[in-house]
Amino acid sequence: MKDVSYIHRPNRPLAVYAILYLGFLYLPVLFLPLFSFNDATTIAFPLKGFTLRWYEQLAEIPALHGALLNSLKVGAVTAVVSTFLGIFAAKAVTRYTAPGLRPAMAIIMVPLVIPEVILGTALLILVVQLGMELSLVSITVGHIIVTVPFAVAMLISRFEGFDKSMEEASSDLGENAWWTFWRVTFPLVFPGILASLLVTFTISFDEFIMAFFLSGTETTLPVYMWSQLRFPARLPSVLALGALILLASFFVVTFAEWIRRRGVSRSQPGL
Amino acid sequence: MSARAPRTESGPRRFAGFRALLSRSDAVRGYVLISPTFIVMTALMVAPVAMAVVYSLWTQSYLDIDKTLTLSNYAEATTERMYRVLLGRSLMISGLVTLVTVGLAYPMAYFVAFHVKRNKLIWLIMITVPFWTSYLLRVFAWKIILGFNGVVNSGLKGLGLIDQPLQFLLYNPTSVVITLAHAWAAFAILPIYVSLEKIDRSLLEAATDLGDGPVRRFLRVTLPLSLPGIIAASLIIFIPTVGDYVTPALVGGAEGRMIANIIQAQFGKANNWPLGAAIAISTMAVVTVISLAYVWLTRKATERIA
Repeated sequence: MKDVSYIHRPNRPLAVYAILYLGFLYLPVLFLPLFSFNDATTIAFPLKGFTLRWYEQLAEIPALHGALLNSLKVGAVTAVVSTFLGIFAAKAVTRYTAPGLRPAMAIIMVPLVIPEVILGTALLILVVQLGMELSLVSITVGHIIVTVPFAVAMLISRFEGFDKSMEEASSDLGENAWWTFWRVTFPLVFPGILASLLVTFTISFDEFIMAFFLSGTETTLPVYMWSQLRFPARLPSVLALGALILLASFFVVTFAEWIRRRGVSRSQPGL
Repeated sequence: MSARAPRTESGPRRFAGFRALLSRSDAVRGYVLISPTFIVMTALMVAPVAMAVVYSLWTQSYLDIDKTLTLSNYAEATTERMYRVLLGRSLMISGLVTLVTVGLAYPMAYFVAFHVKRNKLIWLIMITVPFWTSYLLRVFAWKIILGFNGVVNSGLKGLGLIDQPLQFLLYNPTSVVITLAHAWAAFAILPIYVSLEKIDRSLLEAATDLGDGPVRRFLRVTLPLSLPGIIAASLIIFIPTVGDYVTPALVGGAEGRMIANIIQAQFGKANNWPLGAAIAISTMAVVTVISLAYVWLTRKATERIA
């Protein structure tokens, strides 16, 4: 053990830095819930007192409920489609080696490195040129482009994590490809699929830029919030809404990360 | 096919070809499996961008679109001073964001990869979670913190340190850089962490056994081997932030406006979609050239070190 310890010697300054960095990641966001309970319309210290009225106001805005419902619909369809597409791509690159597979994969991941404003405006032009209406469908298409790379990345780390010989054993014992998938592969990669569904849903639910360009008369929750930011009087209830969204996203994503990373071996750290 | 093969002159060769195909059937299966995703994604990216390119060659004349092909939008996008200033500023801001974010993230990634033993999972989850949650809200949080009546100003005033709110906190390029460095942190930490985690620990032991101190060992072994993670992190931050318009719109003010705000304005208030498309495509071209140059230069640099 001694010959390793000089490399892994505890490094206190580094540990302090890491904790400060985590604070930098989390603290700014915590001001949203803090001020959502503050009994004043201006967002400033000192705090005036505790109130739940901003949360009560949320129940009385029909436009918000419509936007929430739209976001749930768009998120659900996006999650299912992008995870489905992700499974094919992840399985192809983790099981088979062939020239061209890696480049094809690189192209699938391209949306990660295109500014969303460019994809969003380009899709807007296409939709309008084709004479189609901007609707929840156009938002969903935009969200699928954004989420597929994440679904693929998450699923790859899961597909890489299990033993290929299990599948081979199944086919040696006479199962066809379809049943091998459902009875062997699927249960093994299920945590990855569930995590991908949850994370892609959350990305879609929180996505703003694509939704902003591709919204017609019906919008999603982030676009609704954006439209409310202009009115100072509405700010506290936007903060209340934001706090609720953050809380929900936090739990969904923590759960997803937990099921995804549990059991992925250390040699394949993944995204 | 194999039954018919002996009948023809080229039979054996054809048979061999079939055998080769069979032995390569794994490859074929791979292609079949990846094709739905590949086709859908390619179509969803190529069709809109191709349409945007065509659109950028048209011109807006009041309410109509003149469909004569012309490069006049590109002429305007590349010569108009305002667009050049905004693009230059966007590249500067994004470059700075990349530098700051990667610089701050590296020690964090290093810590998790080399010094966290038991709770690695918890650390990774804690780093990852904020970046799956609402971008809009994370940016908005900084407006609350840095604003005229924001957290910093009202806090300092409450402590009696200042009389008047500090105005330089918000609505400038610095506030954009701070906000983006916060919003994109996880995108920097995770790729660097992955490349550090992959480093074979025996290489570090070898370097130590051969007499390298901690600093030399880091510079000659750890840092070069983590370069792929640094490159990935840089690109994954630089490219999208050039096109960000939420952050400049919320915390940038007039001085912090970026190219995406102009693109958005062409599709909104200014209502000149062809010009907007031309600016968007020129931006994408510039960013792509810079990114390729960056990858090429870092590769060259590593080759020279190695």
